Amino acid sequence: MQNTTHRISVEKQKAKPSLFKRIGRQWDLQLMVLPALLFILVFSYIPMYGVLMAFQDYSLFDGFSGSPWVGFKHFEMFFGAPEFWTVIRNTIVISLLKLLIGFPAPILLALMLNEVKHRMFKKVVQTISYLPHFLSWVIVSGFVMSMLSTENGSVNMLLQSLNLVKEPINFLSLPEYFWTILVTTGVWKEIGFASIVYLAAIAGVDPSMHEAAAMDGAGKLRQIFSITLPSIMPVVIVFLILAIGNLLSAGFEDILLLGSNPVLRDVGDVLDTYVYRTGIQNNRYSYATAAGLFKSLLGVLLLVGANYAARRSGNSLW
Amino acid sequence: MKPSTGDRMLLTAVYALLAVMAFVAFYPFWNAAVISFNNGTDTLRGGITFWPRAFTLENYQVVFEDSRLVNGFAISVMRTLIGTLLSIGATAIFAYGMSRSELIGRKGYMIFCIITMYFSGGLIPTFLLIRSLDLFNTFWVMIIPGMISVWNMIIFRTFFKSMPAGLEESAKIDGCSNWGVLFRIVLPLSGPVIATLSLFTAVYHWNDWFTPSIYISNADLLPIQTKLQQILNSNIMSEQMAQMDSAAQGRMSRMKAVTSKSLSMATMMVATIPILCVYPFLQKYFVKGVLVGSLKE
Repeated sequence: MQNTTHRISVEKQKAKPSLFKRIGRQWDLQLMVLPALLFILVFSYIPMYGVLMAFQDYSLFDGFSGSPWVGFKHFEMFFGAPEFWTVIRNTIVISLLKLLIGFPAPILLALMLNEVKHRMFKKVVQTISYLPHFLSWVIVSGFVMSMLSTENGSVNMLLQSLNLVKEPINFLSLPEYFWTILVTTGVWKEIGFASIVYLAAIAGVDPSMHEAAAMDGAGKLRQIFSITLPSIMPVVIVFLILAIGNLLSAGFEDILLLGSNPVLRDVGDVLDTYVYRTGIQNNRYSYATAAGLFKSLLGVLLLVGANYAARRSGNSLW
Repeated sequence: MKPSTGDRMLLTAVYALLAVMAFVAFYPFWNAAVISFNNGTDTLRGGITFWPRAFTLENYQVVFEDSRLVNGFAISVMRTLIGTLLSIGATAIFAYGMSRSELIGRKGYMIFCIITMYFSGGLIPTFLLIRSLDLFNTFWVMIIPGMISVWNMIIFRTFFKSMPAGLEESAKIDGCSNWGVLFRIVLPLSGPVIATLSLFTAVYHWNDWFTPSIYISNADLLPIQTKLQQILNSNIMSEQMAQMDSAAQGRMSRMKAVTSKSLSMATMMVATIPILCVYPFLQKYFVKGVLVGSLKE
């Protein structure tokens, strides 16, 4: 293996065998990758090319090649649609709420877990808090419906026994509760699993720094703010950039499953569910693709913008 | 050194908060399990929290006698086994090829793959592609489109690259082909990474309800998660009865003990049990898996 570079340089000096010959010599190696690449071409690149149907009046009957080109018609329709601003508002509000609460929560959990010296207790808390990540959204939505049910759901029972409410509240059909439910459920499901990365980062902090700080009389809180947090900041920023790049994916499965009640449409319609509803359920293929493309473009802009900001502060993805 | 009063108060608060958190994380699961073991009519009286008041297995009997739910469970099992096996196998072969430095076109191939991690056609073009490939209403629509995972390929490739080159060299001198090296030397030495990626892939296949919900209308091909979603979605009892076959309907009307709620809870538990079974193994591997994943980033 060491002399590969040497061999290559020698080959370069001699007359190189033709590319086809060289590929032919490693046909068995190429056979390992070419079928998979073909697969990616079909299942990833054809849909990417298919995005162009946003500029067509796509019909199933005529197909992609036969459908007429209509320019920006569907984009104009989408921007002019009465629900456009509702969808945009919901997308932004829901994702900002998820970012504001869902992003720091696992960091806080990791910081707390790091202080726990009782190994058994730590293990139990970790085992329990990681579990929801591996449950499907269907199961989790089932839990939420059962917890919030008006017929003896645990939350209503608790509120009633504390005399906070007289009648059970039908949480899942009242728009004002929907965002809170979404954010809480999201945190409930992912807080544990998301904390793993931060726990690993905290474990990498040099313990001698903590010892030195303790010698100088710094309390735990002081150490967290002056040592632990600054040390894990690079990891935090990388994940923050990724989260901002995903900002417009306000949620899909959770909203689809918990917000199926049409009453919630005014607060629950986000770009992804809107694409699903107009495209898959109402068969407006070109229109839905245009809405989806609009979302992707905004997402790329956000990612680039976040990365630019991070680079100025000295941490960036690329 | 003795911890200060402030530190001790902080630590107490941390323990208390974590205990509350663990309770909140576990309670919904526990409560659903309790309801699934409680007499349905009795549950309607309210007050079921930590322990079943009228223990029964009837809810589970109804679930296991409903041929459609059992069928959904079988589909899920098949999908998870076949989907994981094919996906991990195909991705590992792909990744081994990509890990070889003598592969001509390696850089170009890699860029070709990485682009797909940042851009995608989105829901509708993919939907129409699957349609035009005639994969609608087939079992394979749950297996084939996601078979090659670029993400997993990169993790495999990183692992293969870290293997000592001497192993492969000596096998080649002994007359082993590239495929021989992969199957006889490299894969047998890749136990941990295969286990990690297989577990995650299997969990994805088991939990995915959305793919079948848009591509499959034939009720006999729906996995348990999609069935469960339909059950939970139809709030009204009568609609829920329509989801079940007639034998189970008859049984259900005979047994007053079973209500829509207790039935959904029992189905949910049945759909969760396989996850709970692999969870201990997952836990052993996923910390490693997450770290490998974030290294890539």
